Amino acid sequence: MDNLILMMAPLFSSKLLLVLLFGTLFGLVLGVLPGLGPTTGGALILPFTMTLDPLSAVVLLTSIYCAGTYGGAITAVLINTPGTPAAAATCLDGYPLAQKGEAGRALGMATVSSTVGGIFSVIVLVFFAPILANLAYEFGQPEYFALAIFGLTMLASIGDGSPIKNLIAGAFGILISTVGKDFMTSIDRFTYGINELSVGIGFIPVVVGLFAISEMLTQSTLLEQVFKRVALKAVKLPTKEDYKKTWKTILRSSGIGSFIGVLPAEGGTVASLIGYSEAKRFSKNPEEFGKGSVEGIAGAEAANNAATGGAMVPTLALGIPGSATTAVILTGLIIHGVRPGPDLFREQPDFLYGIFGAMLIANILFFIFGFFGAKIFARITLVPNKILWPMIFAVSVCGTYSLSQSIIDVWIMLFFGVLGFFMRRYGFSVVPVIIGLILGELVEGTLRQSIVIFDGNWLMFLTRPIALTFFILSLIALAFPLIRSKKFKK
Amino acid sequence: MNNVRDKKRANKSLPFFFRTEFKVFFTIILVSTILLISTFSFDTVPPILNRGIQPATFPKGLLVIIIVLTSIIYYLSFKKPWKKEKNLPKPFFLTILSFIIFIIISKTLDFFLAISVLSVFVSYHWGERRIFYLLLVSIIFPLVVFIFFEMILGLRFPPGIITNIYYY
Repeated sequence: MDNLILMMAPLFSSKLLLVLLFGTLFGLVLGVLPGLGPTTGGALILPFTMTLDPLSAVVLLTSIYCAGTYGGAITAVLINTPGTPAAAATCLDGYPLAQKGEAGRALGMATVSSTVGGIFSVIVLVFFAPILANLAYEFGQPEYFALAIFGLTMLASIGDGSPIKNLIAGAFGILISTVGKDFMTSIDRFTYGINELSVGIGFIPVVVGLFAISEMLTQSTLLEQVFKRVALKAVKLPTKEDYKKTWKTILRSSGIGSFIGVLPAEGGTVASLIGYSEAKRFSKNPEEFGKGSVEGIAGAEAANNAATGGAMVPTLALGIPGSATTAVILTGLIIHGVRPGPDLFREQPDFLYGIFGAMLIANILFFIFGFFGAKIFARITLVPNKILWPMIFAVSVCGTYSLSQSIIDVWIMLFFGVLGFFMRRYGFSVVPVIIGLILGELVEGTLRQSIVIFDGNWLMFLTRPIALTFFILSLIALAFPLIRSKKFKK
Repeated sequence: MNNVRDKKRANKSLPFFFRTEFKVFFTIILVSTILLISTFSFDTVPPILNRGIQPATFPKGLLVIIIVLTSIIYYLSFKKPWKKEKNLPKPFFLTILSFIIFIIISKTLDFFLAISVLSVFVSYHWGERRIFYLLLVSIIFPLVVFIFFEMILGLRFPPGIITNIYYY
């Protein structure tokens, strides 16, 4: 009961409510604009959160996350371009249904299933995050090291693209975290006499560079792209017939999405694809899929929004991000001096339940905004890239500069922007870089402390059951793509 | 489908040093090797202060992992060549050029002038010709951003020919 009251705290604070309203609206705008999305948008707004207290900052980021994930569906349905990668599966049936003159019905189904998926995942978060956090009390340094390795290997194997390339990107991210003074011995590493580098490379220049600036460069290669827009009159609530047809799909996809979200593996995108394919597998009318099936829309949308709460479980309970956007949220927590993990659950329950409540309210808010305002949000896609991206650049530069008022940070941002563009061009996901950078200190610190505990004997890792389990799971995660590709060959 | 296959074949028929796979492999190996060599110049700590391993050991291990994994993807590319990417269009290079101009102007003249120049440069070369919108992205919007950061967030921007007019 106490926890429920704590969860409702954002409703009774005008400041938090205002932050939630702004975050949800901003998240919808970001989700609607192809190329932006909650990850890039979250990265852009990170420097601004410094002016807020930690709870308001995280509430802002999580509401952007929830609403942005849904917002991608509006563009997917109306212009056949996913506003966010997680909405890619929504295009498959959303756009064909819109072409039949039923854009309102398609968006109505997307809105309802997204809301149900989102709320379902918040319930999962409320119940499972404390359980996982309790388990984490058993963890010592070796277990945390093994867990971080497991997180990175999972991300590499289930995330976008080649697992080996993802591993390289993850290792590179960890390498970036070693720049500056060694936190244990204060010895300079990779600073090459540049004083500014001795404090290390900040999260924000890297995050903004890899997401926003690299996307700007990507957009510069897509200027000839022409979108075909489908007209939208009004969003329609699903009919009784539609509910009958889809309620099982929505629940199944909510479960799938929440489970996939918990795994540190680029939550929403994978979840929506699995949710969609499972909806097709269980459907009585699989032949309708790809031609405007409401089950297809429900399957994809419930799953990708369900992944939002799921991805927050490891982020808050263990400090291991479950997706790219939660990596940004984790960055927000860290720069506000909040270290996620079991202690957070014990020492700051009001903070945590405030976040849970904010996510719940954000899901309800985006339902209202989506239902009544989808037509307006759809018009945002009319803003041409040649105007939008120079503006985003100005905000990126000022935001990055504002953090430590260092021009070097701006140059680092530009460097990572160019690097991120080429990484994506050649099939290296940028998400593992961010997660590697965030987990870098944890990986190195726990490894070095474990070696001290084990008196230099590396084999002692194998005597710790939890650590051993994570190592075995890491090996399975690495072997998974091989097994999957062999299965597909057969 | 055939188109993709043709593109892959086209990529495979190039001399190895022109192939994307080799260029990526070579770049990563070169940078990693340089960084690996530089780790040998890191200071070491006496055994009594040493927490488990020397400060250089961890990055060395990471760089070795990167080199090994990069060699594996290069080896695998012989069996399964990468898809050939489209050539980069002119606006991409102009955007990169605008970044360089931004760095030069922000370092020598003024931070805000640099943002304005980049914005108008990018917007124009991405196809915008309407004067109002060019003014919007180059003057009005940067001004709004400046006022927001300066007055609401209390940020002080680096001195420059335009910023100094405001500050003094």
